[in-house]
Amino acid sequence: MKKFLLASVAGATLAAGAASGEEVKLGIAFGFTGPLESMSPDMATSAEMAMTEVTDSGLLLDGSTVTPVRVDTTCADAAAAVTAVERIVTADQVQGIVGGMCSGETIATLERVGVPNGIVMISPSATSPALTDIEDNGLFFRTSPSDARQGEVMAELTLERGIDTVAVSYTNNDYGKGLADSFAAAFTAQGGTVTMNAAHDDGKGDYSAEVAALASAGGDALVLVGYVDQGGAGILRGSLDSGAFSTFVFPDGMISQTLVENFGPDLETSFGQSPSSEGEGRDRFNELAEAAGFDGGSQFAGESYDATALILLAMASAGSSDPSVYKDHVVEVANGPGEPILPGELAKGLELLVNGEAIDYVGATGVELIGPGETAGTFRVLEFTGGTMNTIGYR
Amino acid sequence: MDILNALVTLLNFVVIPAAAYGAQLALGALGVTLIYGILRFSNFAHGDTMAFGTAICILLVWALQAAGIGIAPLPTALLALPAAIALTALLMVATDRAVYRFYRRQRSAPIIMVMASVGVMFMMNGLTRLLIGVNEIRFDDGARFVVSVAEFRAWTGLSEGLALRQSQVITLVVTALACWALFWFLNRTRSGKAMRAYSDNEDLALLSGIDPDRVVRITWIIAAALVTTAGVLYGLDKSFRAFNYFQILLPIFAAAIVGGLGNPLGAVAGGFIVAFSEVAVTYPWRKIAGYLLPDWQPAGLLQLLSTEYKFAVSFVILIVVLLFRPTGLFRGKSF
Repeated sequence: MKKFLLASVAGATLAAGAASGEEVKLGIAFGFTGPLESMSPDMATSAEMAMTEVTDSGLLLDGSTVTPVRVDTTCADAAAAVTAVERIVTADQVQGIVGGMCSGETIATLERVGVPNGIVMISPSATSPALTDIEDNGLFFRTSPSDARQGEVMAELTLERGIDTVAVSYTNNDYGKGLADSFAAAFTAQGGTVTMNAAHDDGKGDYSAEVAALASAGGDALVLVGYVDQGGAGILRGSLDSGAFSTFVFPDGMISQTLVENFGPDLETSFGQSPSSEGEGRDRFNELAEAAGFDGGSQFAGESYDATALILLAMASAGSSDPSVYKDHVVEVANGPGEPILPGELAKGLELLVNGEAIDYVGATGVELIGPGETAGTFRVLEFTGGTMNTIGYR
Repeated sequence: MDILNALVTLLNFVVIPAAAYGAQLALGALGVTLIYGILRFSNFAHGDTMAFGTAICILLVWALQAAGIGIAPLPTALLALPAAIALTALLMVATDRAVYRFYRRQRSAPIIMVMASVGVMFMMNGLTRLLIGVNEIRFDDGARFVVSVAEFRAWTGLSEGLALRQSQVITLVVTALACWALFWFLNRTRSGKAMRAYSDNEDLALLSGIDPDRVVRITWIIAAALVTTAGVLYGLDKSFRAFNYFQILLPIFAAAIVGGLGNPLGAVAGGFIVAFSEVAVTYPWRKIAGYLLPDWQPAGLLQLLSTEYKFAVSFVILIVVLLFRPTGLFRGKSF
């Protein structure tokens, strides 16, 4: 309520001060239900924080206000996601979308809604390598790195610990398969052996068959490319109970506070990594998040802020909220050269852009877009000694 | 030593998990088969009623835990189970009054009853989620293992470990008790005989003075006991998640049909057949082969089917049974 009041007051003053501003609507298309439902609230709050910051500055397109339109993509059900995103594009007339969240759903909504309607989509968390080469008419960007890169990092981390035979279990979707394959390729290329690379389905109750198969294939560790709210947890529980594996390698889908809460003491020798970053931008973002009442360290929250900021800064740079115009400015504001902009400095960035100066958005995650518009990526390396999640470094 | 290792591996990864899973399916299938036998329709609301019963049980467990009452090292859920069964039975009898009785009086075709049960399924589905939410809930307090892998290795000195979870033992014991009680009830008591008579020939049963309302009521109450028990055991063994109970409906029906719908003995056998085939057919035998035949090093995993196809296994069995023995392995009612 307080937020709403503030927004209305801000809106009212702006309307009085700068009469020419418009209402810019941005979609937030995340899986508020489904396999990643525990991650999405903080991501959405973070995206909305960037919107409020821009609205309050009154510097976007002559004092335009930014209104978020949340929509549930369910993460797993591509048809539901397409319908939902179609609705915010046609009915709510959003001018850009922060999302989708999961790779499969993002591919579907981009191909069937984003591209046909010419809407810019910036995903904070869709990491499938398939999105790199997708036909997107320059409309799609992401603030998280492709899993092709994460697979390499994960393979290096695993080999560095002297683990050279592993079994891989992945969730049966674009994210799981993409990451598992890129890991297996990198791991074998560097001399490791993958004893089994098999899928598991989410939403099942019983995973004893999968665990039995993985145990029989064997290995020094189990690489678990799954979701922490779904099959990933089932396989993990089964493996621990039956003593099949005691060391696990977790990619981003598994890294969450829930993992530590449910399995904390059993993960002594396990490790993992997730796209994240360190530095001034990250610290600033964490402060902002704390003030807004959520955990800035939670998975993909920083990426969500950055995705939103990129859309809005690109609009300011283009001087238009029309996606077909501002889409060409996204890479420009992200990569510079120009004045570096950190989280909480969006007003400064907007002001510079209004004055015709160039900026280089750094944001919470050190955004630098490569290739067809995705971040190169820094990864946070995590260990679970002592029953807590500990960041031991970055690469 | 190697033979022992092979045996322990087989027990740990195939026999024990499949037996526990089979027992849970058997209890679910018993409920399905009972309703089919006596009320003559396939109750699609079964899975979600399991979820509802379990949700009630979890709420009671929380209340008991808050009051500091427990039966450690056994899970508190066992203590809460009878009350949860009573509440679920109340709901099921009320559902029958509100929905199924109307169609029974109309003498509607079974397919209409089935469709009505699909409606009930969605209602139940929503009710459970309103009651307890969509998140994963673990309520297995008490000791987790009877034998843990590390303990087993220390005792026996074998390189392979064996884990026996408390929930698995409880599942098997409770299922055995429930089956024994059900068969005793059906075969030895007046009400049980009345139910069987009603199931065999409704008109004849009515002529001999059996009160149909009473039979129906008892059926729902027993079904409630079976679904709640199955749901709670499943939740104890895995974890509670409303959505999973919808998913388990398919293997439960497969089990009931393979065994022969309407035949309680068939339901139990069907539960174990489905569970063992899901685990055993997709199990890679390489490790066990390695112990038994040390000189032979197979290149592959000796896996018949990849684990993604485990559901296909139960459906293949289902199709084969329906083709060659439409009444199921144990002579139930045909469709």
